[in-house]
Amino acid sequence: MIGPARAPVSMRVNGEIHEIELEPRVSLLDALRDHLSLTGSKKGCDQGTCGACTVWVDDRRVLACLTLAVACEGHEISTIEGLATGGDLHPVQSAFIERDAFQCGYCTSGQIMSAVALLKEGNAATDEEIAEHMSGNLCRCAAYPHIRAAIRDVRDADTTTSGRA
Amino acid sequence: MRPLSYTRASTVDEAIATVGGDSRSAFLAGGTTEIDLIRLGVTRPDVLVDINSLPLKEIESTPDAGLRIGALARMTDVARSADVVRRFPVISQALLLGASEQLRNMASMGGNLCQRTRCPYFRDGVSPCNKREPGTGCSAVDGLNRGHAVLGTSDDCIAAHPSDVGVALVALDAVVHTLGPSGARSIPIDDFYLLPGSSPEVEHPLERGELIVAIEVPPTPLAERSLYLKFRDRQSYEFALVSVAAAVDVRDGRVADVRLALGGVGTKPWRARRAEAALTGGPATREAFAEAAAAELEPAIAHKDNAFKIPMARRAMVRALDQVVNGDAR
Ligand SMILES: Cc1cc2nc3c(=O)[nH]c(=O)nc-3n(C[C@H](O)[C@H](O)[C@H](O)COP(=O)(O)OP(=O)(O)OC[C@H]3O[C@@H](n4cnc5c(N)ncnc54)[C@H](O)[C@@H]3O)c2cc1C
Ligand code: SF4
Ligand code: FES
Ligand code: FES
Repeated sequence: MIGPARAPVSMRVNGEIHEIELEPRVSLLDALRDHLSLTGSKKGCDQGTCGACTVWVDDRRVLACLTLAVACEGHEISTIEGLATGGDLHPVQSAFIERDAFQCGYCTSGQIMSAVALLKEGNAATDEEIAEHMSGNLCRCAAYPHIRAAIRDVRDADTTTSGRA
Repeated sequence: MRPLSYTRASTVDEAIATVGGDSRSAFLAGGTTEIDLIRLGVTRPDVLVDINSLPLKEIESTPDAGLRIGALARMTDVARSADVVRRFPVISQALLLGASEQLRNMASMGGNLCQRTRCPYFRDGVSPCNKREPGTGCSAVDGLNRGHAVLGTSDDCIAAHPSDVGVALVALDAVVHTLGPSGARSIPIDDFYLLPGSSPEVEHPLERGELIVAIEVPPTPLAERSLYLKFRDRQSYEFALVSVAAAVDVRDGRVADVRLALGGVGTKPWRARRAEAALTGGPATREAFAEAAAAELEPAIAHKDNAFKIPMARRAMVRALDQVVNGDAR
């Protein structure tokens, strides 16, 4: 049993191990933003309703606001900061720029983490499928058509992620 | 958010003993209900017992061709199991029409059965609410109640049950297997969900520390022709206003067997037994479907904002039956 006071927690984020001290009530989202200074993941609602905090735990997209950081010990966390390879943007990041798939940008890191996962899941064959499987990511600026266009571009450019799994 | 202690249970026995022995503790599965409600100040455990390391994730056929779903199987994995899609399409569809891909990746089946109502007065943490603070009254009865239930309500609570997959499981007579401080139990799912009556704070017949280990669906050949229809305020990522789980076996134009349940309209996932009785043995026609739907909604009680749910539920039942019987069920 640990807590309620701070306790040592080991977190593996984007391939790097961080030893930090956290209270067990701290969410993965707050741990990333406030303790590891990885502020790419955003807090839109803190209630699981907007998707701005989308990250991957063991390669599955999840909501960091409803995940406890301590529960992630032993798991691999991936955030938007780990998506580019060196100076090269991930194709989905480039497509978002190319297609102007954001306005204020607040939802964007969550959209991109969701979109990359969606392409791997293989449920992006049609616009309807993309809309359905991206529905967990709200965009207050309603950039949805451009987001779908960016996803389509990457899907169609890379035969290994096109259509169904 | 209130301070919390945390422990990860490494065995089922340890999880049961820890939660069974400490009234301030609760199980933590996917956390999509639990963490949300703690942060909102609706529930106030001091200790979370993380059960995610327990070996309860299997999705398997039973020897008699039923289905056994581990309590920690994720909604995504159950929905996309080829066996579930083929033999129990209504379960797969109900799961995929609920929440979002991120939430379905996190949420467990056991947690889904135990999710709490989305009644805004329950969730705001301060309004009078008999479910959250027994004896304080119900703010919804004379308040904003567009999303609330019309079947199974009481003077003390009219909250709608939010689960989608629960509706499919109630239609299919699933059984909830538990292990607790007093041993193992198998609870028919219709008894697992309690009506609010005068104690809306008690939603399930579980004792402290009783852990759901699996959900079993009995062999149900007619489920191969089944579907889940869901109507809501937006096209995706929204709870049901009205939903229907339906499976029908039609022989020579007559209904030989039928399973029907409703979501969004009941204080629990609502098995439509009146409609089933009206349909069984009768003709598989739209007129018969409409009569059966009317019989089911006959005891419905509307409040200020939710009377629309009654005709909507009737029409949804007719459409669901029509779609299962006349093809394009999948
Ligand atoms: C924004 C949003 C939208 C949603 N939309 C939908 C929807 O459209 N349809 C739908 O059906 N659901 C929807 N949900 C609800 C979601 O499906 C549930 O929150 C989820 O299934 C709960 O599972 P969990 O594993 O996260 O449970 P947890 O949050 O971990 O636990 C929930 C409760 O169950 C208890 N518990 C968990 N596992 C067990 C067990 N094995 N034995 C005994 N007790 C246990 C916990 O102690 C807790 O009290 C939505 C949720 C959110 C946040
Ligand atoms: S309907 Fe039930 S949950 Fe909502 S305020 Fe009334 S008692 Fe509380
Ligand atoms: S901040 Fe997590 S879903 Fe909105
Ligand atoms: S770009 Fe502003 S919220 Fe999506």
